[in-house]
Amino acid sequence: MIKVSGVHKKFKSKQVLRGVDLEIRDAETLTIIGGSGCGKSVLLKNIIGLLKPEEGEIFVDGKETTRLDESDLLEVQKKFGYLFQGAALFDSLTVGENVAFGLNNMKTIPPNEIGKRVLECLAMVGLKGVENLKPAELSGGMKKRVGLARAIAHKPEYIMYDEPTTGLDPIMADVINDLIIHLQKQLGVTSIVVTHDMKSAYKVSNRIAMLYEGKIIGAGSPDEIKNSKDAVVHQFVEGLSQGPITLNLDKNF
Amino acid sequence: MKRIKKVPHFIGNGLLNTAEGIGKAGYLLFQTVYWIGRGFVDWKNTVAQMVEVGWMSFPVIALTSFFTGMVLALQSGQSFKNVFNEPVFIGTVVGFSLVKELGPVLTSIVISGRVGASIAAELGTMKVTEQLDALYTLGTNPVRYLAVPRFIACVTMVPMLSIMSNIIGIFGGLLVSVYKWGIPSTIYWDDIFNFMDVGDFFHGVIKSFIFAAFIVITSIHKGFECEGGAEGVGKATTSAVMISMVMILVSDYFLTYLLVLLRIG
Ligand SMILES: Nc1ncnc2c1ncn2[C@@H]1O[C@H](COP(=O)(O)OP(=O)(O)OP(=O)(O)O)[C@@H](O)[C@H]1O
Ligand SMILES: [Mg+2]
Repeated sequence: MIKVSGVHKKFKSKQVLRGVDLEIRDAETLTIIGGSGCGKSVLLKNIIGLLKPEEGEIFVDGKETTRLDESDLLEVQKKFGYLFQGAALFDSLTVGENVAFGLNNMKTIPPNEIGKRVLECLAMVGLKGVENLKPAELSGGMKKRVGLARAIAHKPEYIMYDEPTTGLDPIMADVINDLIIHLQKQLGVTSIVVTHDMKSAYKVSNRIAMLYEGKIIGAGSPDEIKNSKDAVVHQFVEGLSQGPITLNLDKNF
Repeated sequence: MKRIKKVPHFIGNGLLNTAEGIGKAGYLLFQTVYWIGRGFVDWKNTVAQMVEVGWMSFPVIALTSFFTGMVLALQSGQSFKNVFNEPVFIGTVVGFSLVKELGPVLTSIVISGRVGASIAAELGTMKVTEQLDALYTLGTNPVRYLAVPRFIACVTMVPMLSIMSNIIGIFGGLLVSVYKWGIPSTIYWDDIFNFMDVGDFFHGVIKSFIFAAFIVITSIHKGFECEGGAEGVGKATTSAVMISMVMILVSDYFLTYLLVLLRIG
């Protein structure tokens, strides 16, 4: 279980998170939605310990992680798989070496099984025969899927998906939705998904939470969110330009 | 008036940033040595880096040192001819200048341009594309995986290159002594070895080792701290090279002073 409590995070003078409280239960898939630049990726990075909050606490399986030293934190991070928004593939390594990277480091499976596991994970994200290519030779959507294969390869307990379906065609997006559901149902993985794709959010989530002005507003089941009376949530999920959320646009057209 | 008031603030911030940078680079050095001490060295990567630093830099080092040796022989020969009417002690001048100063300094300057820049650019790009974050999430630490191999490669290869540079430069000097000044090669060699001892050799090697550590730690530090996309990578690269070069030339004086005090060379 992951528990986020009162997390504040700022960059220079820009306050991004203003007291986030959130609980992710075991074996559930929680989706975080929210406007572009509202701090969703920053929240994920705080949870996994890549960023440190100025205030607040984060518990992973009951262990407070924001003040751990580096080697203890690395142990906690091994429980996680993280799909980066920009894939973050190692561009000096081949696709196969990228996917094998965590397996080689964490020694969760015997070395002679790594090759097989790599092909298996790539197949799960719909990629075949790309092991020997370099990331620069892949399309944007393919990179994303390699990033996903790399995140799930070491069979983590927790997976964080930062926009898993962005940049994919609708069919491939649904394949990834099915994969997220499969990992949860078959392996009991606990997931946090960040997405702008409401169709995907409704399909994969047990609960959806909205991040707005640095705080979580209205966490609930997909149906509750869909029919939310909250004006902000309603405007966002329906994708309306008129409402309480203003984007500071110059409205001269 | 307002602008003038900002000046102390500006200088103060500059000093603070410099102090912070030195602190962070020092900590990076500490962590790197710590991982090496604990035996966490990825040899496959380290050897690849050694090839990159040593082998790939060799041609440019060879070329520059050969010509440096030649010009030293040409200049010293001409000057002595003007003063003493004949070119004497060319081997001594060429030998001492190369082994104690120009070998280590020129090699390090070339390496900071070639290797330092590429380290800062590569690691900076990894930083801004979140590849360093990805390392953490895949169970490894960037210092261990990236800094350690580059550090070992530089501090071993730069002294080796510097020794090579001495040898090649001395041969360049020989060429000019023999063909331009008509000095027999035996005299050239005697001029070198009658005056030089092991201490002079170590004087140069120790300096090149320390310069190598400056270059590699500065470049890794600039890469790891890089921020803000392609522009940030460009800035990190430039400042890594500039800081390395300035540090080499300035510290050279103090290191020489110290080594002479310790009677090494
Ligand atoms: N390393 C950083 N340094 C400074 N500011 C940052 C940094 N990372 C994020 N920010 C700022 O924090 C805010 C939130 O960024 P974040 O990437 O979390 O947005 P997001 O909700 O994931 O948006 P998107 O949906 O577009 O990915 C942004 O305004 C951004 O400018
Ligand atoms: Mg984001």
